[in-house]
Amino acid sequence: MSRVLGIDLGTTNSALATARDDQAPVAQPIAQVVGPGEIAERPTLPSFLLLPSENEVPPSHLQLPWSGPMRYAVGTFARDRGAELPHRLVASAKSWLCNPAIDRTAQVLPFRGAQRELDEAMQGGERVSPVNASARYLAHLRAAWDDANPDEPADEQEVLVTVPASFDPVARELTVVAAREAGFDKVTLLEEPQAAFYAYLAARGEAWRKDLSPGDVVLVCDLGGGTTDFSLIEVRDDGGNLTLERIAVGDHILLGGDNMDLALAALAQRGIDKQLDALQQRALVYAARSAKEALLSDAPPASVPISILARGSKLVGGTIKTKLEREAAEALLVDGFFPKVAAGAKAERRRSIGLKELGLPYAHDPAITRHLAEFLGRFDRMPTAVLFNGGVMKAKKLQDRIVELLRTWAGRDVTVLAGADLDLAVALGAAYYGQARRGKGIRIRGGTARAYYIGIESAMPAIPGFAPPVKALCVAPQGLEEGSTVELPDDELGVVVGETSTFRFFAAATRADDTAGTLVDADAAGIAELDPVEKLVEVEGDRKSGDLVPVRLEAHITEVGTLELWCVARDGHGRWKLEYSVRERDA
Amino acid sequence: MHPILAFLAFWKVLFGGKKVLALPEGEKIEPKVVERVVEKVTEKVIEKPAPKANTAANHREGALALLALLQREGRFVDFISEQIDGAEDADIGAAVRAVHRGCKKVFDQILSLEPVMPGEEETKVSVPKGFDPAEIRLIGEAKGDAPYKGTLRHHGWRAVETKLPSLAEGVDRTVIAPAEVELSA
Repeated sequence: MSRVLGIDLGTTNSALATARDDQAPVAQPIAQVVGPGEIAERPTLPSFLLLPSENEVPPSHLQLPWSGPMRYAVGTFARDRGAELPHRLVASAKSWLCNPAIDRTAQVLPFRGAQRELDEAMQGGERVSPVNASARYLAHLRAAWDDANPDEPADEQEVLVTVPASFDPVARELTVVAAREAGFDKVTLLEEPQAAFYAYLAARGEAWRKDLSPGDVVLVCDLGGGTTDFSLIEVRDDGGNLTLERIAVGDHILLGGDNMDLALAALAQRGIDKQLDALQQRALVYAARSAKEALLSDAPPASVPISILARGSKLVGGTIKTKLEREAAEALLVDGFFPKVAAGAKAERRRSIGLKELGLPYAHDPAITRHLAEFLGRFDRMPTAVLFNGGVMKAKKLQDRIVELLRTWAGRDVTVLAGADLDLAVALGAAYYGQARRGKGIRIRGGTARAYYIGIESAMPAIPGFAPPVKALCVAPQGLEEGSTVELPDDELGVVVGETSTFRFFAAATRADDTAGTLVDADAAGIAELDPVEKLVEVEGDRKSGDLVPVRLEAHITEVGTLELWCVARDGHGRWKLEYSVRERDA
Repeated sequence: MHPILAFLAFWKVLFGGKKVLALPEGEKIEPKVVERVVEKVTEKVIEKPAPKANTAANHREGALALLALLQREGRFVDFISEQIDGAEDADIGAAVRAVHRGCKKVFDQILSLEPVMPGEEETKVSVPKGFDPAEIRLIGEAKGDAPYKGTLRHHGWRAVETKLPSLAEGVDRTVIAPAEVELSA
């Protein structure tokens, strides 16, 4: 039987794991360019794409064992050399993939934004779309796998790609498109927090049934380099068998370990009176990261010395010295990013200003615990256990702070589940899920995390200056499993032949009671607007331009894990899939 | 051009003279394609030169590449090349901390080391019969046949595992560190 490949397509690091038959999943090291003309394996592939000119990096320095000289690089060297060439570096492509403020299929990366001078620096250099950047990471993983396993090419294996639980239907669809561009014709999507939970199941084996019992609610707390994601998984009793159900997912929060490293580097820089250049700055951030791990460990030193070497070839005498004190670092990291807040606290949001630069929607409130309190408050559930994931959570002090708060909020004990390697868990868990799908382990149920709605304008006399109120028609309720189809009761819907029919599109994470056909106000609690969906119905056969075709809607969750919306002609002549619009829209 | 011909020509450009050379004669090559992937990737691929035979030149390349690696991560070449005779110990110490951190990172990535002879240094040990003189260096006069009694002065080092980076062709390895020029605005 073919193998299972689990791919963690991460915001800052990607990873690959594999499983075969009954064996436990293992991580696959990834060959990549690590220095000029140097290729080595690393446990993860940094999700960075460098698009240099030939004067900046010679193509011979970027060649891989399976390629000739290359004009671009992904991975370690792309990240490291990219620090000196920020105008050529694509980072956080995944966060761009779920950013509805831009056209996600347009070649916008490296992102220029309001920095007009970058335009000049690019000198007509290459730009790529968020989809294409993701495709290149996936293509690299695929080629690296094929090079290491020539007898079992990746596209003949079963491939699972993880996405944040908060990814909207467009971002999921685009991930599948990226996979296809990378030569993976058939992939299945899996939510990252679920993958982390599967990694725990894989690591614990049957012993998980001793850790958890019916009624337990597990918080998966996933803190990556650039993003934070929360999910809740409930343990239920189904006729004597334990079952797992994912009951809530949070928003995609652009806040993570990188923010902490930068904050700590800034703290260290206060003790330095010299101006640091880009490379020294990067060295300082690296030093801050390892200092963070030491200072937040179980037995932290009172301080960690930091030394940054001079830029020229003379080192002695020019070294910049400073140190990070434990107390100051703890105050900054633990109390700054994980403050003690009350249950029901809400994250602060910046008021939007008139002219907003289109960029990544970074979280305004750095307090991860406030985001967590808001998430738990929104779903009104308190966890009885917590599973940590992501490199940041290796720091024992941070785990302790979160557990302490969860205990205070819930007023009872909260168990910490011992997971797999925090950097590789998502990839390992994805591989394990592939096995579970073949009937070799328990599966988490949950289906779609959100309910989806189509906007319907109310029929009322036009009043100049007033848009008619919009109702939201639930087309796909929460919890739809893969492979299921929902047919909507007839409503007076129509598409106009020869014109692009556009439907406003909404989602809600907290409206579990809405069923297919439920009609609510579009501004009802919990409903958020997504990019519109649209379809151009061609003039064809008896259908003339301008004809109105009465249709009913159908929602289908594919086996891949994407949402498809269909318009089905009520006369039975024709069905059309609505496309997600990824065009730039007015914010 | 006929579409099929065009397609074949495309494969030839992409894969001619690459992987092929690394495989035994007569083996069928399935083209492997990272490149099939990405928008307009075809034009990014340039012919790869044929791999050279494994010669002394390759060993030299490897040694230079290791120096480049230690320099890049730990400024090793800078430090060793520097005149430190007149420098203060504190200044040297500060530099060494950073050099050590970088070089240690390289070691951790490419090497896994263990002592050749386990046991505390400066304690009595026995050198067994049939020992390998390449592994254990005897100091002083050995009387008769092994086993020998003695004091372990240095436990030795053995590279249990090496994970040296592989090197791409066509890169001038004599450039251990490139000159760096920060462009003025």
